[in-house]
Amino acid sequence: MIHDFGIVWLHVDLLVSGLANTVILSVSAALSALLIGALVSTVLVRRAHVAGHIVRCLIDVARCTPFLLFAYLIYYGLPSLGVRFDNWGAGMVALIVYHSAYMAEILGAAWLALPRDTIEAGHAFGYSGLRLFRRIVMPPLALNAAPIIGNQIIQIVKDSAFLTIIALPELTNAASAIQSQYFVPFAAFITAMLLYWALCLVVEAGVSVLGRMADARR
Amino acid sequence: MSYSDVLSIFSGALTTLLLSLAGIALGLPIGLGMALIRWGRVPAVTRFVAVYVSLLRASPLVTLLLLLFYGLPDLGIEIGPISAGVLALTMNTSAFYCEIWRSALVAFPREQLEAARAVGMRRSMCFRRIVLPQIARTSLPALVNEMSQLIKVTPVLAIVGVVDITRAAVRIGADTYQPLPPFCVALAIYIPIIFALVSVQRWIERRQARLEASA
Repeated sequence: MIHDFGIVWLHVDLLVSGLANTVILSVSAALSALLIGALVSTVLVRRAHVAGHIVRCLIDVARCTPFLLFAYLIYYGLPSLGVRFDNWGAGMVALIVYHSAYMAEILGAAWLALPRDTIEAGHAFGYSGLRLFRRIVMPPLALNAAPIIGNQIIQIVKDSAFLTIIALPELTNAASAIQSQYFVPFAAFITAMLLYWALCLVVEAGVSVLGRMADARR
Repeated sequence: MSYSDVLSIFSGALTTLLLSLAGIALGLPIGLGMALIRWGRVPAVTRFVAVYVSLLRASPLVTLLLLLFYGLPDLGIEIGPISAGVLALTMNTSAFYCEIWRSALVAFPREQLEAARAVGMRRSMCFRRIVLPQIARTSLPALVNEMSQLIKVTPVLAIVGVVDITRAAVRIGADTYQPLPPFCVALAIYIPIIFALVSVQRWIERRQARLEASA
């Protein structure tokens, strides 16, 4: 067993590049999904509007769709409609579109939970536009939504592992490559799981630091 | 895509559903057991359970499934795709159930336990009659949510050769050179199932909020 881990250690460069790809995928997908989610949530919170209803329905459909099936649909299904991606493109699009729906939902809920009076008080003190958003709206919004957004980022990290099925060279794919070449399944996949664990602990630590920073500013 | 193709996706759906039910049925009590170990601070085991749950909650189901499917035979334990799938689903979902049960247990009022002890209830009876009915009610929405999460990750089982919805759809797509229709059928099966669970969860939440408001 120790010997197996020795073999995995010999190919640590493969695992590190897999880990790096997982991080690149997750970070860029998380940032894009947050941005798109924020834009979509501005439509979502307008409950009475028709657009709000349509967006609501689309988000519900996305939330009921298994991610793996969605990734398959984009990678294998869309080419027959003439839209063709390579595995990186398909993986990226799948992660971003899918998780934008969740981010929009999270941010929309946090926005609706915001007390109206602080915003009105901000108006009364002459804040408006971007300054109002940055100084008055943003801090409590980020504070309330941070833990849930952190969970969603962990979900993105975990969903990126599914992309191994479209041959994207991320962490699970690297572990599979090592295991299929040297037949050390236990060592290879345990190492991968420990690395995923480490990633999630980093995200959780980041969320708690952010929470403390926001608390200190209150 | 012919009629028999659609039928094969539906038979895959039955497999998916049965495996999910097995995962839920095994995961719920195991999760509860692990939560009780942590709640009761059973010496030595508590730390182990805490680390195990944290690790499993963080690792993707694909990685866990590959670990079990290729790793267990390497250790001399023969395992087929179906049993590897059920084992992976159970391990994964029981870790989440453990956290749900535990948060309900932590929030449980201590006075009720002391009152039960004062009237002479034994620990097991107190758990069955006082604790379990109440924590089951408070954690129900979260439990249903985790069930829909579980169904959402079942397509992963296809990669080790379980013929579920996804594998049936992939196979038909490869045979007919038209992957889009079978995937749409697969989605048309998945979405209503998960939506039904999500609706049940919302209904329970609304009902509980109403009961709380009237109390």
